Amino acid sequence: MPIRNPRDFWAGAIYLALAIVVIWVGRNYQQGTSARMGPGYFPVVLGSILALFGVVSVVRSFIRPGEPIESMAWKPLVLVLGSVVLFGILLDRLGLLIALPCLIIVSALASRNSRLDVTSVAALIGLVAFCALVFIKGLGVPMPLIGTWLGG
Amino acid sequence: MDTLANLALGFETAMSLSNLLYCLIGVFLGTAVGVLPGIGPIATIAMLLPITFGLPPVSALIMLSGIYYGAQYGGSTTAILINLPGESSSVVTALDGYQMARQGKAGLALATAAIGSFIAGSIATVLVALFAPPLADVALRFGPAEYFSLMVLGLVASIVLASGSLLHALAMIVVGLVLGLVGTDVNSGISRYSLGFPQLADGIGFVVIAMGMFGLAEIIANLENEATRTALIKHVTGLLPSREDWRRILGPIARGTVLGSALGILPGGGALLASFASYSLEKKISKTPEQFGQGAIEGVAGPESANNAGAQTSFIPMLTLGIPANPVMALMIGALMIQGIQPGPSIITEQAPLFWGVVVSMWIGNVFLLILNLPLIGLWVRMIAVPYHLLYPAITVFCAIGVFSLSNTTFDVHLMALFGLIGYVFRKLGCEQTPLLLGFVLGPPMEEYLRRALVLSEGQPTVLLQEPLSAFLLAAAALLLGSVLLPAIRKKREQTFVSEG
Repeated sequence: MPIRNPRDFWAGAIYLALAIVVIWVGRNYQQGTSARMGPGYFPVVLGSILALFGVVSVVRSFIRPGEPIESMAWKPLVLVLGSVVLFGILLDRLGLLIALPCLIIVSALASRNSRLDVTSVAALIGLVAFCALVFIKGLGVPMPLIGTWLGG
Repeated sequence: MDTLANLALGFETAMSLSNLLYCLIGVFLGTAVGVLPGIGPIATIAMLLPITFGLPPVSALIMLSGIYYGAQYGGSTTAILINLPGESSSVVTALDGYQMARQGKAGLALATAAIGSFIAGSIATVLVALFAPPLADVALRFGPAEYFSLMVLGLVASIVLASGSLLHALAMIVVGLVLGLVGTDVNSGISRYSLGFPQLADGIGFVVIAMGMFGLAEIIANLENEATRTALIKHVTGLLPSREDWRRILGPIARGTVLGSALGILPGGGALLASFASYSLEKKISKTPEQFGQGAIEGVAGPESANNAGAQTSFIPMLTLGIPANPVMALMIGALMIQGIQPGPSIITEQAPLFWGVVVSMWIGNVFLLILNLPLIGLWVRMIAVPYHLLYPAITVFCAIGVFSLSNTTFDVHLMALFGLIGYVFRKLGCEQTPLLLGFVLGPPMEEYLRRALVLSEGQPTVLLQEPLSAFLLAAAALLLGSVLLPAIRKKREQTFVSEG
């Protein structure tokens, strides 16, 4: 039987998968009784409701037609999220002065309008200086300027 | 006379030099970030949240409210000048505001928005001062069953007023509730769903989810349809309305204020509904309905007033019941809890200076908005012209550092990236993120109230229907839900949201 509404199908599949995880992990928590709800009571209730929505959504996807899923924008997705992850990895090890430019450059690659010119380099330097001054000096956020790998 | 004494206390708190300054900075920063294209109020507040943490709770909340008004006004500015509403409630403003700008009346449209917002905000502030205390008195008598049912009603109302598929909105609430389970269970002390990560013992940070799903996912979606935007307007002139303009806008402002104040209290997207309702009302009673969509000044004045009045009165359920009417209020609750304050009916008596200070600062914020924005329009126009490809790496930076500064751990930075991915996937599947956020905020208190209600009733879930008020609230929720399922209303609802896009 063909899937007539891919959005419903995949959303339903996600609900179902999450519901299974919730109930599976939650089986270890004490259920208790309704008069004395244990830590596992509410999760199982929620998991069951979510599973129900998942089933309805999947079943409906075979019956009611719907729009196809637009293609994913892989390049911005990978670059923007990747730049954030990279920042998280580098911050302690190389310090803000290196991690931040890495974040900015990698995320900037996601746009086709980005150019390596005077404006963007100046913006990069200005942004890094701003963050170092405001967040580290001003607000006292404990981020190292120079990371542990560099002896900071 | 109590109200006057309370307002005096509020003025005393809000008029302190430092609080005035925080309010001014908040309004300025909020507008500055809010006018940047592609950044809505939620992302603005989430991004600026960390800078308020060092402040005392009153100042923090005053500054955040200032940021909120500023961000909203900034959203209207982009809607009028470049037809790019930063948030759904300024969609309506863009309809006629942008047409006015194209006819060279951008200054008039912006001034109308500012004046309408100011009048509406001032009246709504008085309403908050009058109605919040009695509501809190009622709420103090609420038992756990009533609270649970009230939260159910709030969640249901929020999705009925939201766009998109009802099934997915309901499911997204449950996904939000599930995410709220993560962390230490208050009753048993065991750590649930932390999957072996000690960093999750305190639960997932609200800001982590909000910035991931609204900040990062939004950037990715914007880059997908990246267009080179050209700012239409270089200079804005002709700010002040003429006598004739005043005559045309006062009626819509008054009606918009009434609509907005009433709908803003409703849990759910009250302010959004208010601006739509105001627009259609003005169009209906206008002698020249054909002008609407062609640059009718009434079409800017009414919705903008309704929007701002609603934004103001949505503080009532947030401060008195601890129930967020919209994601922005959910963020405010998150900010208050980080400050160690649990929003709820006792906040008015226990934290009187905080409550009344915030109420008064709402009005002061509106004054700042008016005196700050009209002279600074030139600056905002230049900020709008900043190209997106220079802007979004900076937004990414502020998201990353902002999330880090909350917990001082890079774990949350990675978690935010994960929620960016989840948010983007849900976006592609046509699932709204707002219900998820509201569910996430309400999940833990709902579980607790349900537990308490069931302890009191010795395990009988029927207690929710036996307490009259609780039964009434649940019936209202069921009625709302049922009404959406009726084909006639469903069609109308779909039409409303189609015309929005």
